Amino acid sequence: MKQISNEFSGTFICLDKSNVDTDQIIPKQFLKSIKKTGFGDNLFDGWRYLDEGTIDQETSSRAVNKDFIFNNKLFTNSNILVSGENFGCGSSREHAVWALKDFGIKTVVAESFADIFYNNCFKNGLLALILKKSEISKIFENFNENSAQSIEIDLINQVLYYGDSEFKFELDDYKKKCLLEGLDEIGASLKFTDQIKSFEKNYQLKNPWLFK
Amino acid sequence: MSSRTLYDKLWDAHHVAKREDGSSLIYIDRHLIHEVTSPQAFDGLRERKIEPWRVDSIIATPDHNVPTENRAKGSKGISDSISKLQVITLEENVKKYDLNFFSLGDERQGIVHVIGPEQGLTLPGMTVVCGDSHTSTHGAFGALAMGIGTSEVEHVLATQCLIAYKQKNMRINIEGDLLERVSAKDVTMFIIGQIGTAGGTGFNIEYAGSTIENLSMEGRMTLCNMSIEAGARSGMVAPDQTTFDYIKGKPFAPSGDQFDKALDMWISLKSDPDAVFDKEFSFSSEQILPQVTWGTSPEMVSSIDEKVPEPRDFKNKENYEDALNYMGLKPGTKLTDISLDQIFIGSCTNSRIEDLRIAAEILKGNKLAKNIKRALVVPGSGLVKKQAEEEGLHEIFIDAGFSWRDAGCSMCLGMNPDQLNQEERCASTSNRNFEGRQGYKGRTHLVSPAMAAAAAIEGRFIDVREI
Repeated sequence: MKQISNEFSGTFICLDKSNVDTDQIIPKQFLKSIKKTGFGDNLFDGWRYLDEGTIDQETSSRAVNKDFIFNNKLFTNSNILVSGENFGCGSSREHAVWALKDFGIKTVVAESFADIFYNNCFKNGLLALILKKSEISKIFENFNENSAQSIEIDLINQVLYYGDSEFKFELDDYKKKCLLEGLDEIGASLKFTDQIKSFEKNYQLKNPWLFK
Repeated sequence: MSSRTLYDKLWDAHHVAKREDGSSLIYIDRHLIHEVTSPQAFDGLRERKIEPWRVDSIIATPDHNVPTENRAKGSKGISDSISKLQVITLEENVKKYDLNFFSLGDERQGIVHVIGPEQGLTLPGMTVVCGDSHTSTHGAFGALAMGIGTSEVEHVLATQCLIAYKQKNMRINIEGDLLERVSAKDVTMFIIGQIGTAGGTGFNIEYAGSTIENLSMEGRMTLCNMSIEAGARSGMVAPDQTTFDYIKGKPFAPSGDQFDKALDMWISLKSDPDAVFDKEFSFSSEQILPQVTWGTSPEMVSSIDEKVPEPRDFKNKENYEDALNYMGLKPGTKLTDISLDQIFIGSCTNSRIEDLRIAAEILKGNKLAKNIKRALVVPGSGLVKKQAEEEGLHEIFIDAGFSWRDAGCSMCLGMNPDQLNQEERCASTSNRNFEGRQGYKGRTHLVSPAMAAAAAIEGRFIDVREI
């Protein structure tokens, strides 16, 4: 039975590029923050504005790049981003995920993801969803900048619905459970405390030079 | 037991427990911490009211966001108040949890990926993590070293473990002597050009073959450093006598009986002869000429004797056009016709003593070309700087017209004041040529230290073998 996850579904934006790196998602000047929030206005800063952004600046007065899809009013409430191959490559900065989340993106659909970015998504409640090249191409081809369209995601059954198409996607059960139930990873790992301690004791005996 | 790769062995030796989802808890031996990706992780610990699991596994230093000049006042002297807060936040966390720390005034301060090996904090057989993607550098010692996100930094602080899925095994074999003045940087850039920036995604890369065995530790670090630019979170070289000689006598390395005991274990750290790799590539050293990137991804790279490719010769047309527009280049331009505005010698890829020696040798008795507006040398650590000064290298750089700076990440990512101005073109020994990386609308060409030095003299790219 179709069970749409409203949280991960909605209107989408396309960024028809490969190798979108984390320096583009959130440029370095914004990494000076010591918080996890407040990055949304600077998501894709270099592409979104016509000037160089600074961290302590009001974004409302800045000149925007009207040609960039994130500035199109039809799409400012989008919660899905669709892009090409190797999305999120480069720096390990989790600020990239925090910026997408702050902007309102809940699902990133791509042909493939860089490993560190992929992990960072799930740790912040974002769904990183991999489709085949042909499926991504179909979404890109039908994307129209003059009207917002929707994608529905059935997380439980792992199906993405777009128009008349149904695309199955892979996702491991634990990541799915984390998204659905908001599991606390550190809390879950701390349940292994006895095992970690016993491993550590044995490991130290074998490798004493690694301990002070 | 069946045959295993070096990666399999390191994985098995650190495997604590299997989790319900099929991922594993992997024990972490060394945790490197810097100011940019750690504040939110320490906040997380406090929210949970827990302490770091094993303080002696941690070493912290500020590097990403620090100025590279006027450092007499330490963190208090940082003029950018937001940068200053971030560095001071690290100092406060270090103090609160009593962590090993190299402060801004300490000669041991530097780029985390330079100071770890330099201090003997990185050893064969270790697992090493840091909230920085270039942690792959430490794989040069036969360590399993991975970049992690801030949530993972918090997880490692809290549990001494990382949640990880086992990666597939890739081996890249390179045989033969490198051509004159071709270095490890050219090797890694060549590999990325061949396999692409996603070629290593999901893999650990083991580098092997006589070319790799003949590299110094500095060269192996350069090579492993850019594994992430090929998509691989970790890359490694099996430890050998070169490795053991480098480690011996380092401040945090084992000494006396402990060294001998460690050595017995380290010698066993290599892939079994019949170990099976999921993917394997082989190249000959003679294929590798000095490399230069011309686009905005490290895979947009060519040999110095080539031209900026025509659109038909590049697979991703959309990215290609955007890249050339951004870089202000036309298809068919000879790489040797590209003139430059700035030169940057530094970063966790190429700021070690060997890199500075190579660049200085080429620069000796020469001056910057007139069109070069600024040239920076940023040593990877205070100790690299000191060593270079003892060898008189700083005088060669200064005489040539370079600015001789203090240690930090500097213009590799331009978080500090060292940045390119709009549309300035830079020959850089760093690792990423992404849009805006070195400065808003700045244009980065990645090269080796030798090629950067040659470009500094000529004011344009030139095959360093012609100097």
